[in-house]
Amino acid sequence: MAALTDLTVAQLGAALAKKEASAVEVADAHLKKLDEHRALNAFITETPDKAREMAKVSDARRAKGEAGLLEGVPLAIKDLFCTEGVQTTAGSHILGGFVPQYESTVTTNLWRSGAIMVGKTNLDEFAMGSSNMTSHFGGVENPWKRKGDNRKLVPGGSSGGSAAAVAAYMVPGSTGTDTGGSIRQPAAFCGIVGLKPTYGRCSRWGVVAFSSSLDQPGPFARTVEDTALLLQAMSGHDPKDSTSAPLPVPDFAAAARNPDIKGLKVGVPKEYRVDGTAAEIVALWDEGLEMLKAAGAQPVEVSLPHTKYALPAYYIVAPAECSSNLARYDGVRYGLRVPGKDLTDMYESTRGAGFGKEVRRRIMIGTYVLSAGYYDAYYKKAQQIRQLIAQDFRNAFEKCDVLLTPTAPTAAFAAGEKMDDPVTMYLNDMFTIPASMAGLPGISVPAGVDKDGLPLGLQLIGRAFDEVTMLRAAAALEKAAGFSGRAAGY
Amino acid sequence: MSLDKDTVARIARLARLKVPEEELAPLAGELSGIFAWIEQLNEVDTKNVEPLSSVSDVTLPMRADKVTDGGVAARVLANAPGGAVYIDPSDKNAGGFFTVPKVVE
Repeated sequence: MAALTDLTVAQLGAALAKKEASAVEVADAHLKKLDEHRALNAFITETPDKAREMAKVSDARRAKGEAGLLEGVPLAIKDLFCTEGVQTTAGSHILGGFVPQYESTVTTNLWRSGAIMVGKTNLDEFAMGSSNMTSHFGGVENPWKRKGDNRKLVPGGSSGGSAAAVAAYMVPGSTGTDTGGSIRQPAAFCGIVGLKPTYGRCSRWGVVAFSSSLDQPGPFARTVEDTALLLQAMSGHDPKDSTSAPLPVPDFAAAARNPDIKGLKVGVPKEYRVDGTAAEIVALWDEGLEMLKAAGAQPVEVSLPHTKYALPAYYIVAPAECSSNLARYDGVRYGLRVPGKDLTDMYESTRGAGFGKEVRRRIMIGTYVLSAGYYDAYYKKAQQIRQLIAQDFRNAFEKCDVLLTPTAPTAAFAAGEKMDDPVTMYLNDMFTIPASMAGLPGISVPAGVDKDGLPLGLQLIGRAFDEVTMLRAAAALEKAAGFSGRAAGY
Repeated sequence: MSLDKDTVARIARLARLKVPEEELAPLAGELSGIFAWIEQLNEVDTKNVEPLSSVSDVTLPMRADKVTDGGVAARVLANAPGGAVYIDPSDKNAGGFFTVPKVVE
């Protein structure tokens, strides 16, 4: 049998069911990998004792014949999900020492399915970033490197630690959150699969809020089927999140095991052909379309005319919501407190010292666009554009069933590149943000490598609450692309 | 749209963020750059377009007006940075207070 750490979620489930390994053995094998690859800085907090304890309980449950969907599968959790009794940082200094007294709904669902937590992963501070460089706990290193070049590359962001941990085979799966591309872009950079569900599919309760109308939890794994299994366990209506959709959870895993796409209409949005996209990525996009066509799909050219406005509109909506959400960090109830000469000084000193540069910048953008006299010019305008973007997608989905686009305009870049100007960094999310603005599901599938040997991803976007069709197409793309790359040394 | 140092200082004050004096000018430059880039939204005619504030089509659900949680004061106060003060230290769930610097002289 292959090493336990080489197995996918589905394979681990089968091995555990056949008693080829115990959950404790599986946990230990993965914890050893956490040890070996600590230099990647993928984890902020490792929880080996908790993992072994959960694994023992899991073995006992299985012995009683009560195995859940993810029984005994070790997972890494983005450090944005509140975990009872385990420090949760959001990658920020301002939450220093915060130990949640409750468990997020998504992680509760995962533990109920039998999954085991090995640790909390590193992320851009409050999930604001596309490189993982804004974390208070230092950047995460991408396990992949350019051929013949030893420079460290970023894993993407914001869920960079979760993506790196899966790509380095420290865990077979992990959770992330996606506000503007924070699952899909790191998945593409790390050569794995990342899925952002429809807004409302997974509960946001217990997830540290960044931009409430956009934030959505989702899974990372090395196969489409595995992300489907994880999504299955994570999803479901939650009365504690008023935007959680009161809809039944379909059999996502069955969809991922059925890559039959004969007659499926695959839309290709012409506005996604923009300058600044690496030529190899454009070529891979064309190849991906050919692969789906060979599998029986029918390509359709569609138009999403407001695509180019999605990114600037996002940089009004997300900072506005962020400035409201982050107002709660005042040094009074939890986290950091920096003493001041009066209450206002305490607030200002705490927030000045506790938030990093990018977070401060976004709070200020948000505060400005919501301030008296500017609301209509910025926030209302951005929401109107958001309406037009959502309408574009509705029109496109009258002609097709799923959209195929690149996930990111470049492969992983080196730490420090693209750091001079915030807008250059923001542009990395140009292909993921439009679907976020419309609340649609998207998945990044590794589909090839560039001339430097770095993985590249393609994105499939589905109709709202139609992850099933998206997963079928993703499975077909995965099968045809046959990506089997693995970062050297991992 | 160009922001000057004073405007940045005013925004920082509104956001209750202490920004050191020497960072105000560079921040003004960065924020001006971002707002200049955002200006392109003015190319779009949004007359009579209904703003989209939520992508979820569902009507916000109503629930019965009943107390379903509570009696967990000790957990609410567990992370208090200044340390909490309890009404009855022998029963922390009986209630207590977060502490802040003196506000009224």
